[in-house]
Amino acid sequence: MSEFVKNIIRFTLFILVQVFVLFQVKPLHQFIVPYLYFLYILWLPFNTPRLGLTFTGFVFGLTLDYFTQTPGLHAAACTLIAYVRPFLVNILISQAGADQNYKSPSVTSMGLAPYATYVVILTLLHHTYLVFLEWLEFGSFLYFFGKVLGTTGISLLLIVVTELLFFRKQKFRTNTV
Amino acid sequence: MRNIFLFIRRYFNFLFFVLAQVIALLFLFRYNRFHEAAFMNVATEGTGWFGSKYDNVQYYFNLKKTNEDLAKENELLRNQLLQNYSTPDSNAKLVRDSIPVDTLGNLRLYAWRGAKVVNNSVSLQNNYLTIHRGEKQGVKKDMGVISPTGIVGTVINTSDNYAVVMSVLHRQNRVSAKMKKSGRVGTVQWDGESPLYVTMINVPKSEIIAKGDSVVTSQYSYLFPQGIMVGTVSEIVDDKTSNFYTLRLKPATDFHKVEYVTVVENIHKDEQKKLEEATKKNQ
Repeated sequence: MSEFVKNIIRFTLFILVQVFVLFQVKPLHQFIVPYLYFLYILWLPFNTPRLGLTFTGFVFGLTLDYFTQTPGLHAAACTLIAYVRPFLVNILISQAGADQNYKSPSVTSMGLAPYATYVVILTLLHHTYLVFLEWLEFGSFLYFFGKVLGTTGISLLLIVVTELLFFRKQKFRTNTV
Repeated sequence: MRNIFLFIRRYFNFLFFVLAQVIALLFLFRYNRFHEAAFMNVATEGTGWFGSKYDNVQYYFNLKKTNEDLAKENELLRNQLLQNYSTPDSNAKLVRDSIPVDTLGNLRLYAWRGAKVVNNSVSLQNNYLTIHRGEKQGVKKDMGVISPTGIVGTVINTSDNYAVVMSVLHRQNRVSAKMKKSGRVGTVQWDGESPLYVTMINVPKSEIIAKGDSVVTSQYSYLFPQGIMVGTVSEIVDDKTSNFYTLRLKPATDFHKVEYVTVVENIHKDEQKKLEEATKKNQ
């Protein structure tokens, strides 16, 4: 299956799972909202052009927004992490040329520690911006902080589970054809 | 001129990012005021379709609870039937009352329309429900929505076959409510923190309130008939700087499980509002 078709299927699945499974979970605590959908942006291939990445983030966020009736909220957060992603990848990739030898960011392509850093930073960034926008009108700092941390914790847990359940095979591609 | 083009080309990625952010934030902040955007109309129809497909599956799991709620409501309504009440008959002759049958609709104040919930959120800062009943079936903007157990929210956007309801769990939602026991009127709103509680403000401290007291809709609401359950008092916050209590209420509706709702139309609402606004202008 081509990478493009695969990503379109992923797009649909992430949106549906977020809207019809995770948003339906009964609220456990006021700080906790299970978010997983943005993992789609983290999984996009290395060779996506930067412009395409930002645009995909925008469209992806907006799609979710039309299910939650909050046009622009998730779109803004997704655009931000999609824009920041290439900078992080450049800093964190340890082996030279890993972004050419592998298709997309994962534990095998980037190594455990860099990949974990990559996920944690982008998750934190996404949630901080999202909660910040939600709480722009009035905010108690403690609540803002608690919600960012609580939501990030749950998201990271969900990401670990997803990574373990849906292991993505990464073929080593050499550029010496 | 050439330098400007060079600049744009060089920072095109960044400029595009800024553009996307601006569009997103524009959507977000305009939406609160102009949520009837034509674009949203189409989106409601589309996401509503998805929602109703999914709901077919999920509906099955809530059948038991839904059934219980409906049976309870039936019991309540049956108890209110006229034939349950009898007084010794002192009439000399039988007179047929011509008022209760109102074929022209002049006396009717509220009209009720049932609808099924197809999409629902509780965990966000501003929560909405989508119901499978729209303009073609008589649902219009600014109608009240109730469930078998209590109030749910207000219709804010409609398409042909679906309508979006702003739930009580929405930071802009305000409902006029009163203490059932004393009739003291206050305002119910949501602070956006926990979906398990809503807040009631403007209840003076002279009021004697106990935990578990019922709060119902007041007679001053445009949307709801009076006496519909809003919630029960679960915590009384005594703010020393104010003459008013802040009450934490447990909502009567379980927003997580709501399956069927009833849309209430106040037929005289427009007339009443028009009169009130005309009075304001004259002064």
